[in-house]
Amino acid sequence: MDIHKIMSGYTPGMENILNILHDLQDAHPMNYLPEHTLREVARYLNTTLSSVYGVIGYYTMLSTKPRARHIIRVCQSPVCHLMGTNTVVEALRKHLGVGLNEPTPDGLFWVELSECTGTCEVAPAIMIDREIYGDLSENAIGNIISMIREKSGKVKKEAGH
Amino acid sequence: MIKENRIVLKNLGLIDPERIDDYISAGGYESFKKALRMEPDEIIDEIIESGLRGRGGAGFSTGLKERFTSEACLACENRYIICNADEGEPGTFKDRIIMENDPHMYLEGMMIAALAIQATRGYIYIRGEYYRSIERTQKALEDMRSRNILGDNILGTGMSFDIEIKRGAGSYLCGEELTLIESLEGKRGYPRIKPPFPAEKGLWGFPTLMNNVESFACIPPIISNGSMWYSSLGTKTSPGTKIFTISGPVRKPGFYEVELGVTLRGLIFDLAGGMVEGKKFKAAVLGGAAGTFVDESLLDEPLGFDEMKEKGATLGSGAIIVMDETMSIWEMLNSILRFFEHESCGKCIPCRIGSKHLLKLMQEVKNSKNGKGLLTGNLVAQAEIMARTSLCPLGQSHILPIRSAVQYFPEVK
Ligand SMILES: Cc1cc2nc3c(=O)[nH]c(=O)nc-3n(C[C@H](O)[C@H](O)[C@H](O)COP(=O)(O)O)c2cc1C
Ligand code: SF4
Ligand code: FES
Repeated sequence: MDIHKIMSGYTPGMENILNILHDLQDAHPMNYLPEHTLREVARYLNTTLSSVYGVIGYYTMLSTKPRARHIIRVCQSPVCHLMGTNTVVEALRKHLGVGLNEPTPDGLFWVELSECTGTCEVAPAIMIDREIYGDLSENAIGNIISMIREKSGKVKKEAGH
Repeated sequence: MIKENRIVLKNLGLIDPERIDDYISAGGYESFKKALRMEPDEIIDEIIESGLRGRGGAGFSTGLKERFTSEACLACENRYIICNADEGEPGTFKDRIIMENDPHMYLEGMMIAALAIQATRGYIYIRGEYYRSIERTQKALEDMRSRNILGDNILGTGMSFDIEIKRGAGSYLCGEELTLIESLEGKRGYPRIKPPFPAEKGLWGFPTLMNNVESFACIPPIISNGSMWYSSLGTKTSPGTKIFTISGPVRKPGFYEVELGVTLRGLIFDLAGGMVEGKKFKAAVLGGAAGTFVDESLLDEPLGFDEMKEKGATLGSGAIIVMDETMSIWEMLNSILRFFEHESCGKCIPCRIGSKHLLKLMQEVKNSKNGKGLLTGNLVAQAEIMARTSLCPLGQSHILPIRSAVQYFPEVK
């Protein structure tokens, strides 16, 4: 990933820090912001590394720790909570073999809790990367996971050729 | 049987949200052109007279806010306009529906408001999770630039104005206007002390108008059809239509745009199809987490800002979270308080400590066999202290669900 190319899409002012950090994080295959990247951000925005960390620490969507290829956000806010957040977390645990905030051994998935993603009409809902999946049952979750697994298997194969 | 009256959502499903030509064919940007021929004060008068009240939750007069902003610091070289698209209130997704299905509607409203206050630059702060809303808005802005509706010398009038998108990154509190401004400036989302209000000292200290997505989207129809027309819809003190979002165990959860003054019964049982098979209505939470519990006794009251306030309830953002009789009030209230505790920024002590303390009290309420009245009384008293002493409106919100839950469901069961 070309850090400088991404940053140069924005003027070097602090008001662009969140847009820049989002783009950099999205471009990283492990969905996080490594220190060497943040040093470049600090230099570009003419600020200190610690103030960049300060901003990141506040916002739940940004991570300074490696995560995984796909981020699964499970909504735990009131509507989803009453409609079955716990069932969703358990189903994910069953299908992925991991709990919250740890990557699957193949580095494909990472599950974390989130607050309301504004899709309460299909509660309980989860977000996988940019997509919303709702009205979830244990079976539905199994199908979604296999579908994504299959897709990334294909991508790997094609890349290998 | 009540019916939807789609004004803000009039194009929904009828046009391709990524094609500006579709929007224009449906009469889009005619209101903006009309506004270009009006004096700024005339636009503001029209909006004041329409009676439009902010759709972000507080229900303040949209026109008056424009007047305050347009009259603040006349010597200032900058005047900003911000669209609040942070939509983080649990149970609320109306702004997403607008942005995904008809982004030009709210952008046209924002352009008209920019004319009214003579704004020098605009920003849209969209929550980071709303990828599709961001993409659709981005595309709409590009198309507006290519049609010279945005940019330099707009439609040959000499007006120059542009709008930028800023992404949020996962914080409910950043939807609060002054916190949003801090975040937009690139800082951690800690609230500022009010006053001064954004109208006076907002973004980088300049006069700033901030409105919700839905508020902006109400403006084009008002300018096209006039304030008289708009104020004839809805109720006397809450004119117009409102998009309600209904979630929980109803047959057809989703969004419904209706004239204000309709009843909860109409929304839940007519439009949303009633409760799912075999379930019985128990309660609804109106307005999201920073909202209020109501029981059956409010099903037939007209939904309006003041009408609800009289009953100790709130309309808020238009969220209606329905609960059936198998669901527990305690569980819902506890989940709301957990949400607040998670979103508390920790800047002031009453909310930082208080939101944790309330969760502890909730455990005591749960475990108590008798003497629950004393405990819930304590819960209300503690939340009242927080409301009086917290720095920002988040710490003043806990009392809303707590007081109403205890009022309508003294056993909190
Ligand atoms: C904790 C908190 C979160 C808020 N979140 C939002 C939000 O996501 N969107 C919004 O429009 N207003 C939100 N508000 C209200 C804003 O502070 C502000 O009143 C609103 O954007 C004004 O726009 P309006 O007059 O068009 O309603 C929030 C307020 C608080 C206290
Ligand atoms: S009331 Fe809560 S959210 Fe607001 S400043 Fe205090 S700690 Fe932060
Ligand atoms: S509460 Fe889960 S999406 Fe809104």
